[in-house]
Parts: sequence; C-alpha cells; structure tokens
Amino acid sequence: MAEKILMKGNEAIAISAIRNGADGYFGYPITPQSEVMETLMKEKPWETTGMVVLQAESETSSINMVYGGACTGKKVMTSSSSPGISLMCEGLSYLAGSELPCLIVNVMRGGPGLGTIQPSQSDYNQCVKGGGHGDYHSIVLAPASAQDMYDFVDWGFDLAFKWRTPVIILADGIIGQMMEKVELREMKPRRTKEELIAAAPWATTGKTPDRDYNFITSLALESDFQEAFNLKLKDKYQKIEQEEVKYSEYMTEDAEYLFVAFGCSSRICEATVDELRAQGIKVGLLRPITLFPFPTGRIAELSKQVKSMMSIELNMGQMVEDVRLACNGACPVGFYGRLGGNIYTPNEIEEAFKKFNNLK
Amino acid sequence: MNIEDIKKPENIIYKKTPILTDTVMHYCPGCSHGTVHKLVAEVIEEMGIQQDVIGISPVGCSVFAYNYLKIDWQQAAHGRAPALATATKRLNPEKYVFTYQGDGDLASIGTAEIIHACSRGENIVVIFINNGIYGMTGGQMAPTTLLGMKTATTPYGRDAKLNGFPLVLAPMIAQLDGTAFITRQAVHTAPAARKAKAAIRKAFEYSQKGIGLSFVEIVATCNSGWKMSPVAANKWMVENMFPKYPLGDIKDVLKAE
Amino acid sequence: MKEEIIIAGFGGQGVLSMGKILAYSAIMQDMEVTWMPSYGPEMRGGTANVSVILSDKKIGSPIVTKYDTAIVLNQQSLDKFEASVKPGGLLIYDPSGITREPERKDITVCRIDAIEVAAKVGNSKVYNMAVLGGYLKMKPVVAMENVDKGLAKSIPARYSDLIALNKAAIEEGMKAIEVL
Repeated sequence: MAEKILMKGNEAIAISAIRNGADGYFGYPITPQSEVMETLMKEKPWETTGMVVLQAESETSSINMVYGGACTGKKVMTSSSSPGISLMCEGLSYLAGSELPCLIVNVMRGGPGLGTIQPSQSDYNQCVKGGGHGDYHSIVLAPASAQDMYDFVDWGFDLAFKWRTPVIILADGIIGQMMEKVELREMKPRRTKEELIAAAPWATTGKTPDRDYNFITSLALESDFQEAFNLKLKDKYQKIEQEEVKYSEYMTEDAEYLFVAFGCSSRICEATVDELRAQGIKVGLLRPITLFPFPTGRIAELSKQVKSMMSIELNMGQMVEDVRLACNGACPVGFYGRLGGNIYTPNEIEEAFKKFNNLK
Repeated sequence: MNIEDIKKPENIIYKKTPILTDTVMHYCPGCSHGTVHKLVAEVIEEMGIQQDVIGISPVGCSVFAYNYLKIDWQQAAHGRAPALATATKRLNPEKYVFTYQGDGDLASIGTAEIIHACSRGENIVVIFINNGIYGMTGGQMAPTTLLGMKTATTPYGRDAKLNGFPLVLAPMIAQLDGTAFITRQAVHTAPAARKAKAAIRKAFEYSQKGIGLSFVEIVATCNSGWKMSPVAANKWMVENMFPKYPLGDIKDVLKAE
Repeated sequence: MKEEIIIAGFGGQGVLSMGKILAYSAIMQDMEVTWMPSYGPEMRGGTANVSVILSDKKIGSPIVTKYDTAIVLNQQSLDKFEASVKPGGLLIYDPSGITREPERKDITVCRIDAIEVAAKVGNSKVYNMAVLGGYLKMKPVVAMENVDKGLAKSIPARYSDLIALNKAAIEEGMKAIEVL
C-alpha cells in the first residue's frame, strides 16, 4: 500500500516535484506558499534525485530561471502567490511565446496590491485569461485538496510537455495551508539525457553534428510571421479545449439548480448542496478542474436542465463571466463571493442561494 | 588566371570559422558586434566546444546573435539573460553557458539579475558590450552614457543633475566574492581584438573550473548612434570612453594566488 | 463517523501540534482528515486555533461553523467558541486560563487541569498531550495503538526519545479529565 502522509498542500507540491522527476525549482519567498521552497530545501533533493533548487533574488528572476531551464528541455517549476505572479507575468508571456513547457504554482491571496495573506481566488482572470501581454493562454488547473496538489504536479508536467505550454496550478491559501492525507504515488525518476532529447528535440542541449542548431526566441519582427505563429497558437489552444477539459460533478443528475465553483470553494459548496438536498431542494455542483480549458460544453448542457446557476468564488465575480458565456442566456446566472481573504461558510452560500432564487 | 586556381589550400591565409553562419549580419558597418561575434565563434571553434555551448542573447541590437553563430541559443527577455544562464548552467553543469548583453540590457533593466548572478558565483561567462547608448531603439541614453554625450534622450548632452552619472559596473562586481575574472577590452584595432579574444577564451576556460562568474566587458562603438563615421567613432572611443572605462584586467582570482 | 473539532488557545500551548497528532493518528486508522490552521483576524492577539475534521468518508467543506467538540485553553477561545458547539456536543476547557466558567447546559462540559498533569509527568511541553489524552478519554475516536503511530509520525526522528513522555502525558490526561 502506498504511504499516506499528513501534509499541507504546499508541502505536497514540493514532495510531488521531487518524486515525479522534476529537474529544477526556482522561487522567491512569499506567504502563503513559502512552505514549497522550505520543504524542498529541507528535503535536499540535489543529493538524491539530482533536482536543482534555487532561491532567486526576485520573482522576475525566478520565472526567467524557469525560462532558461525550460529551454534546455528540463522539467522546471516555480511557485509564488498573487503579487509575485504579477511580476512573473512578463516571463509567462515569453514562455508562451517561445512555446516552452513549465509548471507555475500560484497560491492566491487577497489583492489588489500587497493585499492580504489570507485565501482568495482573485487571480482567476489574471491566470486564465493570460496575465502577460499578447494573445496566449496557459493551461490552468484548480486543485481542491492536498492530494490534488500532489497529483497535479505530475499531470501538469505531462500537459506542459504534451502541448509545449506553461501550466499553472491555481490554488488558494486554504488548499496551500490545510493539512490532509496525501497518498504518495510511485516514484518517477528524472528523465535521462536520451529521454529528454526524445521528448524535447527542440531544446537547447548543445548543437550536435546530427542536427542544425536550436534557438528559442519569441521575437518575430515580421507581421506575417507573427500572425502565422499566433494562428498556430490558436490552433493549439483549440485542440487543448477539445482534449483536455476536466471537471467533476456532484448531484447534478436530477439537479434543478447548479453551483459552479472551483478549488476550495467547490469543497465548501459541497456542504451547501448536502444541506439544501436535506431540505428537499434539488441542487447540484459542477467543479471545473481545468479553468483553461473551461468546461463550457458541459455548463451549456446543464444550462438547459436547471432553473438557474450560481458561480461561487472568493473574488468580485470573475469566473461567473465564463459561466454566463457558456449559458448564453439559457438560464439566469447569479454570483456570490467573499473578498479580501474572508471565507464563506456553507450556510452563507445557502442564504445567498435562497435569496437569488427567491426560495425560503 | 582562373579564380579556382587561386583558391587552393596552400594559398588560404584566412578562413571564416565554420561556427559563423552565412547569414549577412544586420549590424551597421563599423559596429563592434560583428567583430565580437567572430571572436566568440573562433574561441568556440578553437576550444572544440560547439556541442557543449549554450548562448543566451539579450534584447538590443545583438538580439539576433542566434542568427549568426551555429550553436544552441536562448533569447532572453530584456535584462534577464543571467537568470536564464543561471538555471541553464545549474541544470546542465557540463555545458559552457554564456550571455551576450549590451549596456541597456545588462547595466539598466538587468542590474538585479547580473549582480545576483555574480554574487551567487554562477559558473557562467558574461560578455558585456558597452557602447554607451541604446542602439536598437534609436540611440537613447544608456546607463553607461558619458556626461555631456548627446543621445536621443539627452539631446543637450548627459547632465548629471538631470540624468545622473554613468554607471561603471565592472569594478562594482569585482568586489563580489562570486566573480572569478573581470576584464575590460576593446576590438578597435587588430592587437586589441587579439587581446579581447584571449580574454574571452580565458573566461570560457574559467567557467568550467567552478570558481565563479567571468565577465568580459568590451568597450565598443556605435557609430550610427553616435552619428560618426566608423573611423571617427573609434577615435572618439579612445579619447572619451577609455578614460572613463580603462582597458585591462580588473580581477583574476587565479592570478592573485 | 464524522467529528469536527476546534482547538484554540494561546500560541505556544501546542494547539497546532495537538491537532496534527490527532489528525495523524486518524490517518493511521485509515480515516480522512483535514487540519486547518486559523486564518485571518482571529490570529491577532496571540491566539491560535486549528479546526480538525476526522471522518470515515471523504471530507467536503473544511470550513465549518459548528463543532462536535471545542477544546478551549484560554478565555478568548472560550468566549469565541462556546456558542459554536453543536447541541449535545463536547466542550473541554482548562480552568487555569479561564476567568468565567462555561454556561451552556445543552452540551457536555469537561475540565482538565493540564498544567498539573504536565507537571506530574515532568515536562511542561507535553501540556497539549495531556489535553489530547483528556479528549480521547471522552471521545475515543482513534485507538491508542494508532495514537502511538500518529505520535511516531508527527515527532521528528531526532526527538523520538520524547515519544514515551508524550504518551505518558496522554495517559495521565485521560485520568485527569473531569465531567462537570
């Protein structure tokens, strides 16, 4: 039986990175995710798997270290929280523009500005809609447990290399700081030199006589060249939308009302669904596990089944726009949120639900 | 006489290094970049390290360095080349990793990255082209622009009160424990170019010794930006740039021992 | 079985680690757990609290407002959480930190003088284990053999000589708790 450990979501990210053959981590301390780098430094993976761990001088530098490492075809990652992610957005745009695989963990806190250190989901737009300049997407995964944090590292790296794109694990302070049982999956070794070249023939591994030299850049200068590249990216994003959407459903089969919530909010909504069901109100929950690609198709289907939907988010209403687009007017879409690091209780969501739907 | 009769091995006295591509360089006539590219390419050829070298090009005129040298290249965001080089070297310690950066890239927007790469003692080579001006964007003031020097953003000459003083980076980073070899060279004459090439080779050799960062500053001309002929630019550099940025080795940890 | 617990007191009383050892013990019994440290303004003023949920089934919301058990080790925590205990639930307090006794009549109220227990065991640092012992006496949600395993998992190897001391404190705490 696999070993089960009590750990924080942040610790799970670090342990999973080591156990899933990550080659490098580059980061800068920021609450509420500092345990990621602290755990890595404590574990000293450079002595076991050979993984490189480095504390950079800034988030700007961390993301550019990730860029450099990704150029060489290595499995590299960073983690930060909202203000740090803002600094990383320049690098994120370059990574997308150079089609480089990497993993970025954002344990969100309240903003704008320095904000609070408590849980929030207010970087939905920043991470799902791009963040940096230019037309691009990152694949965005929304974990809802410490086990998800562990599992999404490996899944994230797989997606990053499959699609040559940055992948963001968009967590929040609850998922990062809460301890839960985590099952350690079988260890994956780091890739050998040969495996790396097979998986990333484009990488800057040193020009060998059997191939032309590789260069990685996001500079185009010529409009036609840039447009062709943008269209290539667009095509890639469409394929990702066709192939990689992931969500889970809770009591949606006969649902007359629907909650849509991601991350920690989906856990809290589950309790609200239980309570409302106990009162005889047929409510269900859809939890998007991938935020880009968004489960637009399934939400559109459900919009024809239910009387209304509500998006529940720890922000001012960001994902709700995507829910509304998916529904395209087929049913009313409401929103309830808390801000600044405050967390709603299941009862609070129940009250908001009843108010929106004129139910007692 | 037929041209093919002349092109015999015994008649060849100079050959372009095969590390250079056949792409025609976009640099202005008289620009120092072409010479420095050639020197780097020759060092790579002579050391036989084409398979083991990874270059990182900046934002600036030399952004297109990857078009001219047949080695694997990464093109960094403005100023961030030392961060890329840090990760590249740490993840691939057997490789020779170098950045090629101009003064705007390295000494302005990328100050944090270069200073911390030096401070951490990254085993990389940094080639720093200092011509006191932003070439690619049209000749604006750089951190290394001399006082009184006219640029697009200092049309009346750099004024310390308005624009601050020139940033002299090499002696600053020489104080850091993580740097191994710091030198300032030029390529305006054949002897100078030979010395610069020897310095570049030394920097590459040092980068594999695990003793820290090696930094080769090339005081260079930008005759277009300076609005001078190539010959006049060389003269102006000798008379004005060299007093502020004197040539020679600034630090060599192996020599000191 | 689902048990929702809030443990609250001053920083330094070992509130977080008590919750962690309880949670780890439950994992050793193959239960699901969540351990959520206090987040937000309640952190201020030097109080610390952690909510722990133990369950046979997958745990949905880690955020709860009503608890099966509240363990309160200072007055602020009693004031804050007495009303949050579910009717029929359990409240454990340490009289040494309290100036006002609990008032609820619809719940079971217990007291444990854990400072005294820790003194008896001979180390003030095991104060929190004495409280844990009292709790486990009232609600044996995890078997002692699993508590042993939980302790071994939670205590760093370099302090493994302290496991016996912690266990002794748990056992003494079980004896010391009184139902009011």
